[in-house]
Amino acid sequence: MTASPSLSLAGIGKQFTLHVQGGVVLPVLAGVALDVAPGECVALHGPSGSGKSSLLRLVYGNYRAQAGSIAIRHRGQTIDVAAASAQTILKLRRYTLGYVSQFLRVIPRVPAIDVVAEPARAVGMTAAEAERRAERLLSRLRIPERLWSLPPATFSGGEQQRINLARGFVVDYPVLLLDEPTAALDADNRRTVVSLIHEAKARGTALLGIFHDAEVRDQVADRLFAMRPPSMAA
Amino acid sequence: MDGYNFAYLDEQTKRMIRRAILKAVAIPGYQVPFASREMPLPYGWGTGGIQVTAAIIGTDDVLKVIDQGADDTTNAVSIRRFFARTTGVATTERTAEATIVQTRHRIPERALSAGQIIVFQVPIPEPLRWLEPRETETRKMHALAEYGAMHVKLYEDVARHGRIATAYDYPVMVGGRYLMRPSPIPKFDNPKLDRSPALQLFGAGREKRIYAVPPWTTVVSLDFEDHPFEVQRWESCCALCGATDSFLDEVIVDDRGGRIFVCSDSDHCGERRAAGHVGPQPDALGQPVAEEAT
Amino acid sequence: MTTLAMTGRPLLQVEGLTHRYGSRIGCRDVTFDLWPGEVLGIVGESGSGKTTLLKCLSAQMEPHAGHVVYDTREDGPQDVFALSEPRRRLLMRTDWGIVHQHPVEGLRMKVSAGANVGERLMAVGARHYGEIRGAALDWLGRVEIARDRIDDMPRTFSGGMLQRLQIARNLVSRPRLVFMDEPTGSLDVSVQARLLDLLRGLVADLGLSVIVVTHDLAVARLLAHRLMVMRAGAVVEEGLTDQVLDDPQHPYTQLLVASILHP
Repeated sequence: MTASPSLSLAGIGKQFTLHVQGGVVLPVLAGVALDVAPGECVALHGPSGSGKSSLLRLVYGNYRAQAGSIAIRHRGQTIDVAAASAQTILKLRRYTLGYVSQFLRVIPRVPAIDVVAEPARAVGMTAAEAERRAERLLSRLRIPERLWSLPPATFSGGEQQRINLARGFVVDYPVLLLDEPTAALDADNRRTVVSLIHEAKARGTALLGIFHDAEVRDQVADRLFAMRPPSMAA
Repeated sequence: MDGYNFAYLDEQTKRMIRRAILKAVAIPGYQVPFASREMPLPYGWGTGGIQVTAAIIGTDDVLKVIDQGADDTTNAVSIRRFFARTTGVATTERTAEATIVQTRHRIPERALSAGQIIVFQVPIPEPLRWLEPRETETRKMHALAEYGAMHVKLYEDVARHGRIATAYDYPVMVGGRYLMRPSPIPKFDNPKLDRSPALQLFGAGREKRIYAVPPWTTVVSLDFEDHPFEVQRWESCCALCGATDSFLDEVIVDDRGGRIFVCSDSDHCGERRAAGHVGPQPDALGQPVAEEAT
Repeated sequence: MTTLAMTGRPLLQVEGLTHRYGSRIGCRDVTFDLWPGEVLGIVGESGSGKTTLLKCLSAQMEPHAGHVVYDTREDGPQDVFALSEPRRRLLMRTDWGIVHQHPVEGLRMKVSAGANVGERLMAVGARHYGEIRGAALDWLGRVEIARDRIDDMPRTFSGGMLQRLQIARNLVSRPRLVFMDEPTGSLDVSVQARLLDLLRGLVADLGLSVIVVTHDLAVARLLAHRLMVMRAGAVVEEGLTDQVLDDPQHPYTQLLVASILHP
């Protein structure tokens, strides 16, 4: 690798302590180290329970790491998500770090087009420019135009996932996390997602994702990062 | 009169009230609490004004009492008799001759002069009461001169009626500092409060408050830039004396609903007629309105 | 909730804030910073001290110990309780807003909707009726109350409308910091969503800093950038909203999160 990594994980450890259940400790990750370069797409690979989704959530700051560092290049600085303040993580998420989760967290009453355009407006685009980008993505992902002005709460699972994808790609984040982005999609839309990922890589985006669909994974991933359940690792 | 002190109240009480009055004069518009006494009249009949008058009246004073501008209404007659009996001072219906004018609901049309004292009977002294029911809070609002919300009331008037419709007890700022209720006088009389040469005292018996506007103090009526303060105007003049610049009362004169407008200030009207002014219906009431019935 | 303007220093700095009711603790040793444009949620069950804390922060109650330092427009950071009372009251009705759980506590029920909205403007010296009314109309529109209701009495409004009116009444003076106590607490569920969405939009558009107390974790997730979890008067956990809710560390937070009913 020639370019310095956009994302660099070192010694990541994560466990859940379930106080409600008598303090049971569930180990999830231990000693994870991983770099992702600009323009590179790394696929997390392993059986369910190996902590793939948890790792994405740790990188996004949604989970707290008990050990290790999560370094992300943000506007010329390096920020350690594991140690950063809430304000810094929010800034990072706004400008640098995108995340397409499996499920859309629906906001009451907000139309689909605005759900998609919101991140673009937040980075300072005009409302018109943000809306134009949102429309282009919704079209590409085959969301019928009549749905754009409706809140996605009543959409099907596949439609909601595409709204989520559009929202994740509306801003050209330098680092993008993808959690099974094609799980509920048909072949046409899967192809669209593959090209969106290729375009992002061409822009220099570093991608870290979980792709259960082997065909998609083979098309987008530069390499696999193998993960095992922590009991086996231990 | 036997059994009563001069002006009914005992000297200690009068001294207490005078101290309240002095403080009120020293802080124009500020409501001074005082230990209001039971008077031989019910609250609402002017017990506050009577106590103020009783505290300041002396043997050489000349007292005039008016109610709604007239000297011959029940309330005015009762109070005048009360002081005539308990002090023996001279009474008058002539504004110019009086040294003390006790009033309910009006200020005489004739401009008061230096040395005169006008005593207002006040039912509710607190201008912020409708806005804020807590006394502790209204005191704080006065202390900090937080009066902006007072315009809410005027706003409501304009929103509802297209103009400031408050016609009586119209709120004023005294000396640029304290917000004050001028008692239920028509706003027509508000300009007379401003820089008056007379001392203006206000007594609220039930609410136990005394306040004052010393001579020459500025008194400004609240308003909006685009809805400035205005006084009432009438289409007609006084039917008896022809006055066009006095506050007019509407009077029904027959069983067919016939009505005329006459000066509310009976002394003012009588003086004008005595001076030869004649209105369009000089005999409409059948008798000169300025004369007392008894 | 993506709008978060960062400037050089916090808008509000709270240090060691403590309030007791006799021997009982209201809130104990609460310390945090609030940044411009940030929405901070305070969650916990009833009796956890969150309302006491909000009252101390918003100068409705004086704490027994600790400091609340606010970055005033004129003089920079000032200890709120060291300001003269007139200064503090002026601050409270201009640069701050307080949205009460029950709208009747924050509204004048005996004057029209327009007067309710216009009052703060008049309180700081607005004396032009036409301009005051224009601002009231504008704000009624922004909180989605029909313009032709401007002269109606609040008692003719629904619960949701009353809460939106209360919000307009607070925001008309363009405050920088708004305190909200269970803003959706007295509303039907169907009405809550609309209010939440409206609040999200206003907070983002105006760049408001908000401290919102709620027992409803869904409300907290929708509105707040950051959460503080309170129990028995003390902050037991704080952090990014989604972090606290999705990866709660403290036993009490885990219990709170585990207790949510999902329909």
